[in-house]
Amino acid sequence: MTVLARGDDPPQTPPALGGTPSPQTPLAFRAFQCWLTVYRRIWRSSVWSSVLGPICYLGALGFGLGTLVDKHSTASLGGVSYLAFVAPAILATGATNTAMAEASYPVFGSMKWNRIYNGAQASPLRPADIFHGHLMFMIMRIAMNCAVAILVMWAFGAIKSAWVVLAFPAAVLTGLAFAAPIAAWAVTVKIANSFNYVFRFGLVPLMLFSGTFFPLSQLPAGLRALAYVTPLWHGVALCRAFSLGTAARDPAGMLGHAAYLAVLAAVGIWAGARTYRRRLYV
Amino acid sequence: MSYPPASLDQVLERPETEVLVRARGLTKKFGSFTAVDGIDFDLYRGEAFGFLGPNGAGKSSTMRMIGCVSPPTGGELSILGRDPVKDGSAIRARLGVVPQEDTLDMELTVRENLLVYGRYFGLPRRVIRERTAALLEFVQLADRARDKVEPLSGGLKRRLTIARSLISEPEILILDEPTTGLDPQARHVVWDRLFRLKQRGVTLILTTHYMDEAEQLCDRLVVMDHGRFAAAGSPRDLIARYCSPEVLELRFDPDLHDAAADKLKDFSAERTEVLADRILLYVPDGDAALAAVRAGGLEPLTSLVRRGTLEDVFLRLTGRRLED
Repeated sequence: MTVLARGDDPPQTPPALGGTPSPQTPLAFRAFQCWLTVYRRIWRSSVWSSVLGPICYLGALGFGLGTLVDKHSTASLGGVSYLAFVAPAILATGATNTAMAEASYPVFGSMKWNRIYNGAQASPLRPADIFHGHLMFMIMRIAMNCAVAILVMWAFGAIKSAWVVLAFPAAVLTGLAFAAPIAAWAVTVKIANSFNYVFRFGLVPLMLFSGTFFPLSQLPAGLRALAYVTPLWHGVALCRAFSLGTAARDPAGMLGHAAYLAVLAAVGIWAGARTYRRRLYV
Repeated sequence: MSYPPASLDQVLERPETEVLVRARGLTKKFGSFTAVDGIDFDLYRGEAFGFLGPNGAGKSSTMRMIGCVSPPTGGELSILGRDPVKDGSAIRARLGVVPQEDTLDMELTVRENLLVYGRYFGLPRRVIRERTAALLEFVQLADRARDKVEPLSGGLKRRLTIARSLISEPEILILDEPTTGLDPQARHVVWDRLFRLKQRGVTLILTTHYMDEAEQLCDRLVVMDHGRFAAAGSPRDLIARYCSPEVLELRFDPDLHDAAADKLKDFSAERTEVLADRILLYVPDGDAALAAVRAGGLEPLTSLVRRGTLEDVFLRLTGRRLED
């Protein structure tokens, strides 16, 4: 029998109440199935917003603003139309937005409001399983929305290369690089209002200054350096290179972008297993 | 074996004295606050064991440790012969938990809640379907199977939570204040269902601050206060040990309350307890005592002679009332 730390302070990291689960469906997948059951009730409305989002952005920016931009020079856009330039960025920001939406309030709510996590906790599922299962669902939602966005891009004639098939995993990876760390943090959040600050002072500037709507070359050097460290810039650069078919010109750069996003996702997954355990095993 | 087992005989095939939960010096601290302060107990298969105490006594912390969702800070704990820290997942697969606050998914239907939960335990859908039908019958919710959970009353939600906790056919059912917040009628329905489960051999571990709940359901109980056990035994034992056969409750005019209390101190009761609104005299014969009080020149506004209860035991052991 393990006797845990005695003393006035609780152990900093509670030990994993884990062990070997029974050899049926993987535990994280069971948690994922819970989310599927919930999603079955609301998928219709969610599909509408997945389709309408990219249509609105591409219509307004690609056609509306694009007509104006294309009348001048598109040299700084790499010689492509504004529609082709902005479409992959809308794909990447869409993945980020989905990640934010799925990893913030739903995680917080599962802890504080409907307490889905607390219900799941009384089963063989361990905190890490609960986290991984929910993350699987977030990845599914991000992938669904990215697939729809690529179809809309195609319908708008905004895709320049068959390499765009790689823009799909690139966009999903971008979403995961946000979803995992956000979920890891959201489970520790005490008041829902905290998310507003992240959305207002984090997501909005990120969307505007990550080479999404205009090339980073238009920014002063100092701001440009800041943009380079934001994950969304890497996601946008990756998606854009695949959509425009320019990826082969800079394979090392592509790998760099992907590696940056993968590291961020991995850190989030690592951190989430710990924050979930700390919150659920008290 | 069918679930719940059809008769006690099926259960008694197992050794009667099998210890399912064993704790020695079990301790839980949150920072400098000690919620559970070194308690020892053994829980046996097939019994209904209660933790009775006021809010903050350490009951829920103990339950969470037994439920393998809260690592002990010290001492030893073994559940179904295993270590909750190392084998939490495997132990939880064999427990059913009815938490203090329902954790049902409000947006799903009654049946979907059981489906999700059954999947957590890795049960095939066919098995879940069969058990869902039987369990909803058992908790008298069969006609609500397709309804959403949100509009159900507190009592129905509670019964659904109980049904959900039974989907995995647990060997031990852990109930944290199973009827807190329910109206009297709903409480009686829950008690009836829990009693049937107990009759069929399911081991029940429950916390409560209702003495009538403890008396109705528990074979053995511990009175818990400030993280420690103040006493342990069957409800009848505890009452016999810590309380007189009868209790005379006297209520006086508020202006005369203190004076009456002073006077009654000299009265030859086993024990006198002065509450804010009433005075309790612990005596062998309540009617005789009341006659004696009146003969002594005191005229209470109301008087009541009743049997001793766990509430009295608790008052005696801790100097406090249960529901304070």
